[in-house]
Amino acid sequence: MPPAVALRGITKRFPAVVANDHVDFEAAEGEVHALLGENGAGKTTLSNILTGLYRPDEGEILLLGRPVEFHSPRDAIAAGIAMVHQHFRLVSPFTVAENVVLGDQQDLGRAFLLRTRAIEQRVAELSTRYGLAVDPRARIWQLSVGEQQRVEILKALYQDARILILDEPTAVLTPQEADALFETIRAMAADGRTVIFISHKLHEVKAVADRVTVLRRGRSIATASTAEATPRSLAALMVGREVEIGRRHEDRPAVGDVVLALDGVCADGDRGVPAVNEVSLEVRRGEIVAIAGVAGNGQRELSETIVGMRPATRGTVEVGGRRVRSGDPRSAIRAGVAYVPEDRLGTGVAPTMSIASNLVLKSYRRAPISRGPFLRFGRIRDLALRAIDKYDVRASGPDEPAWQLSGGNLQKIVLSREFSGEPAVLVAASPTRGLDVSSIETVHAYLREAASTGVGVLLLSEDLDEILALADRIAVMYEGGIAGEREAGSATVEELGLLMAGGQEED
Amino acid sequence: MRIERRLQQPWWLAVVVPLTSIAAAFLISAAILWLTGHPPLHSFHRLFDAAFIAPGALSETVVSATPLAFTGLAAAVAFRMNLFNIGGEGQLYAGAITGATIALLMAGAPSPLVIAGMIVAGAVGGALLAAIPAVLRAFLSTNEIITSLMLNYVVGLFLEYLIFSSHSYLRDSSGFQASVFPQGKMLPDEATWPSWTIHSLVLPLGFLLAIGLAILVWVLYARTRFGFEVRVIGDSARAGRYSGMRTRRKILAVMCLSGAIAGIGGASQDGDFRHQLDPRGLRQASYGYTGIVVAALARYNPLAVVPIALLLGGLQNAGFALQGADFPNGLVGVMQGLILFCALGGELFVRYRVRFERGPVKTTPVTAP
Repeated sequence: MPPAVALRGITKRFPAVVANDHVDFEAAEGEVHALLGENGAGKTTLSNILTGLYRPDEGEILLLGRPVEFHSPRDAIAAGIAMVHQHFRLVSPFTVAENVVLGDQQDLGRAFLLRTRAIEQRVAELSTRYGLAVDPRARIWQLSVGEQQRVEILKALYQDARILILDEPTAVLTPQEADALFETIRAMAADGRTVIFISHKLHEVKAVADRVTVLRRGRSIATASTAEATPRSLAALMVGREVEIGRRHEDRPAVGDVVLALDGVCADGDRGVPAVNEVSLEVRRGEIVAIAGVAGNGQRELSETIVGMRPATRGTVEVGGRRVRSGDPRSAIRAGVAYVPEDRLGTGVAPTMSIASNLVLKSYRRAPISRGPFLRFGRIRDLALRAIDKYDVRASGPDEPAWQLSGGNLQKIVLSREFSGEPAVLVAASPTRGLDVSSIETVHAYLREAASTGVGVLLLSEDLDEILALADRIAVMYEGGIAGEREAGSATVEELGLLMAGGQEED
Repeated sequence: MRIERRLQQPWWLAVVVPLTSIAAAFLISAAILWLTGHPPLHSFHRLFDAAFIAPGALSETVVSATPLAFTGLAAAVAFRMNLFNIGGEGQLYAGAITGATIALLMAGAPSPLVIAGMIVAGAVGGALLAAIPAVLRAFLSTNEIITSLMLNYVVGLFLEYLIFSSHSYLRDSSGFQASVFPQGKMLPDEATWPSWTIHSLVLPLGFLLAIGLAILVWVLYARTRFGFEVRVIGDSARAGRYSGMRTRRKILAVMCLSGAIAGIGGASQDGDFRHQLDPRGLRQASYGYTGIVVAALARYNPLAVVPIALLLGGLQNAGFALQGADFPNGLVGVMQGLILFCALGGELFVRYRVRFERGPVKTTPVTAP
């Protein structure tokens, strides 16, 4: 019997990167098959290919042994493939039933007038059969995130999808909701449907999937039965063994006093739910401490809390022994906190303003940049010219608006400005994300230089290679808390991968 | 055909595009004039004559332009920071109310003192009114467009209540005439703002004040720390917060500044032109809303506000002068609309360019992996 879905040699190239490099994957009818991998491993690209959003540059897709070609998502839906995205595609003022029939072109949804009663009945049937408790008449905005996800799954089931792709479905769920979701997944598989479960959490993969395919850097590394795999072996596959450990350069200075101290810091995320949970951490002068973790485990919120852009709900941040006022960026700046934000354009710089203006974004209040209420534009220009020269920024001149710069040059502007304030602490959040190789080198060099001049550097990154190359100490963040802390010399990739995926250390 | 964002904006575009836009507006207007049976060239000549050339025309245009310069400046100040203060109308009323009240209270005092009092009172009145949407926006993230707009109606009705429906301090209750046709008390002579005459051109104090304010605002925004902060926050509020700027204070300050400028415009109506609180006249003129048009045409540049106010003021003035059986006032409104339409349409060509291509359009993927 041919597999329900098979991908053979799928390759997808983007201008700067090969997102999928000859990926092979197959899943049988009635199977729950997990796709495991770090951010950027190519999971999302692969599912976008399978749902017809992208077309592969090479390779083929076979459904039940027959090659198919998708020209648009509509073709994929017609072939019985449905995806539940991480960000729901629901119309919030509509009812559950209305959302479920939204994409329906054939059946009940085709009628000119909505046959509300019939649709609601069908939705109710599906929800009892698969244990997806949700009121068909409720409006989307009234529902919790977990319930909204059930609506997305109902949409797929209503279309009678034979292959369901769930993209990190538990990221938004409470543990109880996640357990209920696993029940649903098993019920769907028992029905002969194929469920492709995308995740980077090992215990979930173990709990729900029959088999698992590991992706790393766009390649399919291995497929294994979850019964045989251990979290440790999966973690090793996920992060890769070829990484050398503890490659931090030799001439590191003697580590000094504690310059940044977090004590029991808690903070809420954008949706108002707790995102950072009791984080305590110390960074010393001249030390690079890295926070590893899969994106979305509270790193962004933690970095924003340290620099004052997000109020702490509990706990304290101290810089050089002085307490920083919660939710007050200026207090953090005064205390000597420099910050390289994850969102360069829009937070790190004002996009339509000139390079020169962006270089003085934090120093414009003081002499010699300003005199009384007035800014001294001559000085600002000189300063910009010098910075452009020193940091080798490729730009037409100091008046060029920031948005026209490439990511690497933009990051140089941000770094140059942050260093010019002679900081005590530098918080760098994903400072190399989206940059090309040479810019990454440059950024790494600056971070090392900062540490060697006595700055305490806190680096938040999802890239283990980067962390291992730079850090003296590594803390792993998982679900808002610190899951473990290691000296860079003694940390192993397997261990870190396990912590990142929420595996217990005893496993 | 594709429209793409320009990487560089050549300097000449900033000159050529507005001129072309105005020319296009006049071309379309010509077509409409011709269709409605008015010879276009002759009509333009009459219009231009009535607005700028005829004896006293330019002075009348300045009278029309003065309040527009104030409200235009008020709008430009706020819009620069992406604060959409639509409340210039109400803030102008508020300034007119406080200005007239002070003028009546200070009757008998030396004239310069009364005038200064009126200017300050007008500014305070406008600023206090603008503070309402400002506080709501800064602390409760309420949409300032809605709140400032709604306050226009509140203050507008209050203005009418003061004169028509109450026995307020501002209402004239002296004689029989006043009880049949309610109107505001005449302001004392000391409250009449001076004007200067150059040849035959009359320049009222309010107009000169508007020019002075425009220069002041330009300096404030282009040269000071305050202006720098406003521009950064207007560009990206997050970048402003990141840099340690007090964004809430800035919202309050900019809204109040905007309201104060509109309020001085209200006081200028009392002192320069009307010499009484005149609800009907103020409400009919809708200076506040036209001011938004002025600010948009000036691309929020304070120095461009005054010339644009003169242009729109001239058109308005010509409309009054020509209106009659053979030239409906509506036609002038049509022309004003066309100028705005073409000018804003022209903006597209400053920021974007249109490219004509043959064959299939090449697309570059923009999605990240």
